Amino acid sequence: MPELHDMTASELARVLISGETTSVEITRSLLARIDKLEESIHAYVTVAPESALDMAAEADRMIAAGKAAPLTGIPIAIKDNMCIKDRKTSCGSRILGNFKPPYDATVVRRLKDAGMVILGSANMDEFAMGSSTETSYWGPTRNPWNTEMIPGGSSGGSAAAVAAKEAVVSLGSDTGGSIRLPAAFCGVTGIKPTYGAVSRFGLVAYASSLDQIGPIARDVKDIALLLNLLCGHDPRDSTSVPREYPDFTSVLEKSVKGMTLGLPTEFFSKLDNEDVSRTVADARKTFEDLGIKFVDLSLPHLDYGIAAYYIIAPSEASSNLARYDGVKYGHRAEEYSGIIDMYCNTRAEGFGPEVKRRIMLGTYALSSGYYDAYYVKAAKVRTLITNDFKKAFESCDAIFCPTAPSPAFRIEEKIDDPMQMYLTDVFTIPVNMAGLPGMAIPGGFSRDGLPIGLQLIAPHFKEEVLVQLSAAFQRETDYHLKTPAL
Amino acid sequence: MEYEPVIGLEVHAQLLTDSKAFCSCTTRFGNEPNTNTCPICQGMPGVLPVLNRKALEFTVKMALACNCTINETSRFARKNYYYPDLPKNYQISQYELPVAEHGWLDLETNGEIRRIGITRIHMEEDAGKLIHDENRPFSHVDLNRTGVPLVEIVSEPEMRTPEQAADYLRALRSILVYLEVCDGNMQEGSFRCDANVSIRPKGTTALGVKAEVKNMNSFRNVQRALHHEIERQIETLKEGGRIVQETRLFDPSTGTTAPMRSKEQAHDYRYFPDPDLLPLRVEPELVERMRSQLPELPAEKKERFIQLGIPAYDAGVLTASRALADFFERTVELFPNPKAVSNWMMTEFMRELKGEEADISCCPVSPSQLANLLKSVEDGTISGKIAKTVFEEMFRTGKEPEEIIREKGLVQVSDTDELTAACREVLDANAGEVAKYLSGKTKIFGFFVGQVMKKTKGKANPGLVNSIMEEELKKRS
Repeated sequence: MPELHDMTASELARVLISGETTSVEITRSLLARIDKLEESIHAYVTVAPESALDMAAEADRMIAAGKAAPLTGIPIAIKDNMCIKDRKTSCGSRILGNFKPPYDATVVRRLKDAGMVILGSANMDEFAMGSSTETSYWGPTRNPWNTEMIPGGSSGGSAAAVAAKEAVVSLGSDTGGSIRLPAAFCGVTGIKPTYGAVSRFGLVAYASSLDQIGPIARDVKDIALLLNLLCGHDPRDSTSVPREYPDFTSVLEKSVKGMTLGLPTEFFSKLDNEDVSRTVADARKTFEDLGIKFVDLSLPHLDYGIAAYYIIAPSEASSNLARYDGVKYGHRAEEYSGIIDMYCNTRAEGFGPEVKRRIMLGTYALSSGYYDAYYVKAAKVRTLITNDFKKAFESCDAIFCPTAPSPAFRIEEKIDDPMQMYLTDVFTIPVNMAGLPGMAIPGGFSRDGLPIGLQLIAPHFKEEVLVQLSAAFQRETDYHLKTPAL
Repeated sequence: MEYEPVIGLEVHAQLLTDSKAFCSCTTRFGNEPNTNTCPICQGMPGVLPVLNRKALEFTVKMALACNCTINETSRFARKNYYYPDLPKNYQISQYELPVAEHGWLDLETNGEIRRIGITRIHMEEDAGKLIHDENRPFSHVDLNRTGVPLVEIVSEPEMRTPEQAADYLRALRSILVYLEVCDGNMQEGSFRCDANVSIRPKGTTALGVKAEVKNMNSFRNVQRALHHEIERQIETLKEGGRIVQETRLFDPSTGTTAPMRSKEQAHDYRYFPDPDLLPLRVEPELVERMRSQLPELPAEKKERFIQLGIPAYDAGVLTASRALADFFERTVELFPNPKAVSNWMMTEFMRELKGEEADISCCPVSPSQLANLLKSVEDGTISGKIAKTVFEEMFRTGKEPEEIIREKGLVQVSDTDELTAACREVLDANAGEVAKYLSGKTKIFGFFVGQVMKKTKGKANPGLVNSIMEEELKKRS
């Protein structure tokens, strides 16, 4: 048997049920791994060894009692923006640095009910605003493939933890690419489900109309298992869609022969990175060998995606983050005279520069006299992008493109150049704008040995198409099996 | 120059739902501070709102009663401003697309019917309360009221006098209370109103610059505040000044309004559609269900009471509250003489009720008890005068009228022999007065009757006494 931390969730589930190991042993193995690597990776904001071992012991009792669910006893890392009852949930920010929610997010509840073992909270860009996990108040996370590089963001901790085998699987959240980008940069698999598929209740909001929780794992089989657990209607989230979901593991072996993938010309005309171009070309070959046809198609309003995103997301954020005022919870400035002063000092101290930038952008865009020119127009662009995708899906089962225009970049390379940083999300943002599901899978490596991710985009609630295509790809390739030397 | 005031009103009414607008916390009034709260109404990170369907139903009912068009799709919007009693620092409200629009209300004011347009009716959530510490430089926040559903009713600027404004508010409150969607309590703040006031030269149609007046917590104060504000604006123009757009606060102790914030200081609320709540669809089925549940409204009921023979004024008083009207109707069912029941309720009943803060739910007398009392008068068991004594006793003790009449021996004396004897005794004892009467001072007839009533402790049948006394006096002439 390989080392426990090397195994995927589906492999571990098999040996747990057969009694070859216990959840406590697996958890110990992961905790040891965390101990060994955290200094160089810094994937976690909080590691909770004691509660993790308690949860593992409970999982072992469930297994012994024959009450095991498919993921019972599997250790998982949770992005630091999902509320875990009575445990620090800081959203990567000083302003929530001491905040312990009095309730569990719906997804956390689901994991707990399934007997999963929560190892701790994974690092992230502050309030999920960033593409590099450098804006975290707790310091950056490093890319396990090259610790000089960023892991992508904002769910950089979640992706790095899985890549470094400091967690078997993890949860991230994706507002403009925050699951898919770090998954691509860290060489792991991640999916942003359809908006409304996974409950947002208990997810600290960044941009409510775009945020969506999703899993990150080492292969698509684990993704399927987690989707089974996460997808489902939640009456506590009005944007959660009441519908039935298939068993996502049922399509893992299903043939993809005769399926069609669309190639948006607007995406490919932007590609100027040789490594990425080569990876995409190789992947196309692999898919073609599987019997998949490719069609060129056009998403004409894609070019406005980033511009519209940086109106809508900051607008919502400026309102969502208004509650962090020092009155009720979280950080409060020590020095102030009067309520306005308390608000100002608390927020000046509590938020980092990127969060402040987006709050100001959003406040401006919603201001009287500018609202129509910015917010309303951006909302219209959003509708156009959604319609572009709808039309595109008339000629294909899914859309194929890279996840990012380049592999991971160096720490501090773009942190002072927000425009360059924002452009990292050029391929992922339109998917959030349209509320579509998008999967990032490992597609190869750059000449420097950095992972390069592919992206598959499906129509609303067609996650199973993404699982089916990704599983077929991973049957034919071994990029997802490669692990960084740590 | 003669000026014409232009008044529009914004009313906020707390809806009588059991739970809050977007979470399941209770709306009970008077609980310990911050006990009716949960992570959602406390504005914790990550929480989401889910609309209370009851609040929507109540709003639709009100909108129908105000003759509004119900929008099949409306939207919740966020109204952004910072205040410690607003935990999210935004209020969930409606802006561009309210639940209902384009309604009207006919109100009777100064003897005529006036139609006031309703611009819009929308739903929103209430804020909490700040309690300022008198001894230390701190304020306390109580979030019990945070998230309680409100309906906001905005009128067209179609009222021309403070009295019309007050009549409009009374009509609106009466409807809300009839629908049982709001308790209408102005002192406790479950029915609040702000006014937009401007003036313009009489005969012109353009609107003048308006001031918004806040902090009027009774119908009387609304009238006082509006009178003052109209005067102030007229004086300002007469002195060559200009009206500025601003928000003014009414001070009940001085009866005046004073500036609170100018147009420049006005908040930019940065309204935008709330992304946490889907566009609100009000299905035609829901509207029809609410329409079928609408009770008879005050105006219709008043008209029906007038048809029963009740004077218009009395009908207005009796229909001001649904409970009072119901009491009247139940009594009439048992004692089918609407006029008599109405007379009784308008006089004795209202007098006693006033002492009890005019709340009929506290009334210890039931419709059947009142009906029984009226029957006792009608069949001559007791006199109308004695009935008043009996009613006071009923109100005080809650006892049946028959019981009180029996216990206190109040049955009317209609025995001719007994009354004749009493009359003779009175005449015998007042020979001087009899002589005066017989010499032409017939005015003192009442004195003799009064003496008989006194002698019989008021139980004598007054009609009989009158006729017997007349007979007896004739005999002595």
